[in-house]
Amino acid sequence: MPGESFVTLRKITKVYGSGSAAFTALKGIDLDIAKGEFVAVMGASGSGKSTFLNILGCLDSPTSGSYKFKGLEVHRFSLNERALFRRRFLGFVFQSYNLLSRATAVENVELPLVYRRMPRKERRLMAEKALELVGLSEWAHHRPQELSGGQQQRVAIARAIVTNPELILADEPTGNLDSEMSHEIMKLLVSLNRDLGLTVVMVTHEDEMARYAHRIIRFMDGMIVNGSDELWDARQMK
Amino acid sequence: MIFDAFIIAVRELRRNLLRSVLTSLGIIIGVASVITMVTLGNGATEQVRRQIASLGSNLLILHVGQAPRGHGGVRGKAPPFKLEDARAIAREIYGIEAVAPVSATPMQVIHGNRNRLTSVFGTTSEFFEVRDWPLARGRTFTVGEERAGKAVCIIGQTVAKDLFPYEDPIGNTIRLKKQAYRVVGVLGEKGMSSFGTDRDDLVVIPIKTFFRRISGNTDVGRIEVSVMDESLMEQVKIDMESLMRQRRRIRPGELDDFHVRDLREIAAILSGTTRSMTSLLAAIAAVSLLVGGIGIMNIMLVAVTERTKEIGIRMAVGALPGDVLLQFLVESVVLSSLGGILGIILAIGCSIWLSKILLVPFALDPFIVCISFLFSAAIGIAFGYFPARRAAHLNPIDALRHE
Repeated sequence: MPGESFVTLRKITKVYGSGSAAFTALKGIDLDIAKGEFVAVMGASGSGKSTFLNILGCLDSPTSGSYKFKGLEVHRFSLNERALFRRRFLGFVFQSYNLLSRATAVENVELPLVYRRMPRKERRLMAEKALELVGLSEWAHHRPQELSGGQQQRVAIARAIVTNPELILADEPTGNLDSEMSHEIMKLLVSLNRDLGLTVVMVTHEDEMARYAHRIIRFMDGMIVNGSDELWDARQMK
Repeated sequence: MIFDAFIIAVRELRRNLLRSVLTSLGIIIGVASVITMVTLGNGATEQVRRQIASLGSNLLILHVGQAPRGHGGVRGKAPPFKLEDARAIAREIYGIEAVAPVSATPMQVIHGNRNRLTSVFGTTSEFFEVRDWPLARGRTFTVGEERAGKAVCIIGQTVAKDLFPYEDPIGNTIRLKKQAYRVVGVLGEKGMSSFGTDRDDLVVIPIKTFFRRISGNTDVGRIEVSVMDESLMEQVKIDMESLMRQRRRIRPGELDDFHVRDLREIAAILSGTTRSMTSLLAAIAAVSLLVGGIGIMNIMLVAVTERTKEIGIRMAVGALPGDVLLQFLVESVVLSSLGGILGIILAIGCSIWLSKILLVPFALDPFIVCISFLFSAAIGIAFGYFPARRAAHLNPIDALRHE
């Protein structure tokens, strides 16, 4: 595993609701992720893996526990600080792409730069560069509905990396794609991880896709049941 | 950033063009009615001002009887003025330009087989100076005609047109009470007064002729005085009052049995009426602006719900709550300002049209136009804030899941 540990989660819990209706989604998560790692997160639906990704992505805050990112005490952040943190360090890739349907591919990729107050020309240039990186230069001025699912996901990936984030969070990025496109997307993520040194945390329920990662984390009932790939391999043997 | 928000706002509003226009209809009507009302009100005030000015804004009129306020009074018992009163005013009071004693009565005036009921004014040549009323043709009375009480007359435009449709009235004769009068002049046109009476419907004869041939006495109905300068009005009025008290032997403590009317007072009353009318209508218009604002708030709430997913995406890629707030605020301000601009255009059209129909001058006040525009933009902020805040406080996870 390359690099230093830069994400540290300790005793993270998340409880939804209160009193008798309370539901504990995460029951004390301890996890370290090193810079440059490619981590796959697996688990049945309701196992807490989405909650985990939301907390890691700072879209949600933990009920208790500590979340440190390069020494920053993320769990103490206010709503606004969390938004600033997301915009400084993170890139998101979603299962349903989440592109703005009324904007062209390049405008979608530009969007994060708009909120970073980057001048018009400069951000167009950076967006075009990011599109080139995912191999979609000639589709820059098409709207999402004119692109295939795989292409849309590439646009979304370009949008995630255009800000030079340190951590890419992918929530079932191949969930809506056929097998061939899924492998293309995975290869793209792997190459970004390898060539740009981006840390990637990806939620998936497809073993085939998880195998691209350095490490697989399994969730069950709000806990990490297995943090090592040896056990995973052992299961595969059976 | 504001510029980007503006671009997005315009794009969104264009996408729902019909909805946007319908939403801003409240603002359009509100702004249009405020500006139209104020413009017409200003026009009416301006019209009254002009008419008073054309009557002579430096005109004082001395009437018999108490001022027409309160009740009772001694009007019946009060003795009439005499010619000597007018002479005394001219002689003894400083600041007077011209003095005209006037006695008037409605009479039938006849020429050939045509006749008309009109007002006959017995006065002096100074009357035309007091009223600042030049002749269109002919001449005023000569000193000899006035002194001797000759049967000559000067007629107003309406009388001239009615009695002499095809002939030149000058040198012709008209008859009053079966007596013939030679027409020596025709007055210039004055038009309708603000009270709706035709000011050109009159016949003027020398006052001595009026005494001898029409009234049969030497009573002067009123004395009209024009003052040299408006700044002297108050002083002249006070001097006239004390002179008349003295001449009519009114003891200190007794009420005046005459009064001096200042036309500026009438002007003030008239423009006061139009002003309160204007404020009433403006208040109604303000209510419609309020309703327009609520319409905008409503549609912005709909827009926030419709675009929840988009808001989630923007937040996920780095929009701060403040960015989202700004985005929706800009959108509602653009919407309401659009209403403001359309309202201003509509108002200008309406006021030009209405001022033609109502025969008032078109007096558009650029200040009101600016205020209305700023007000409509302010409505966008006030009523857009709540929906924008709702958008800004959306939870990004829930917003992203929203379909």
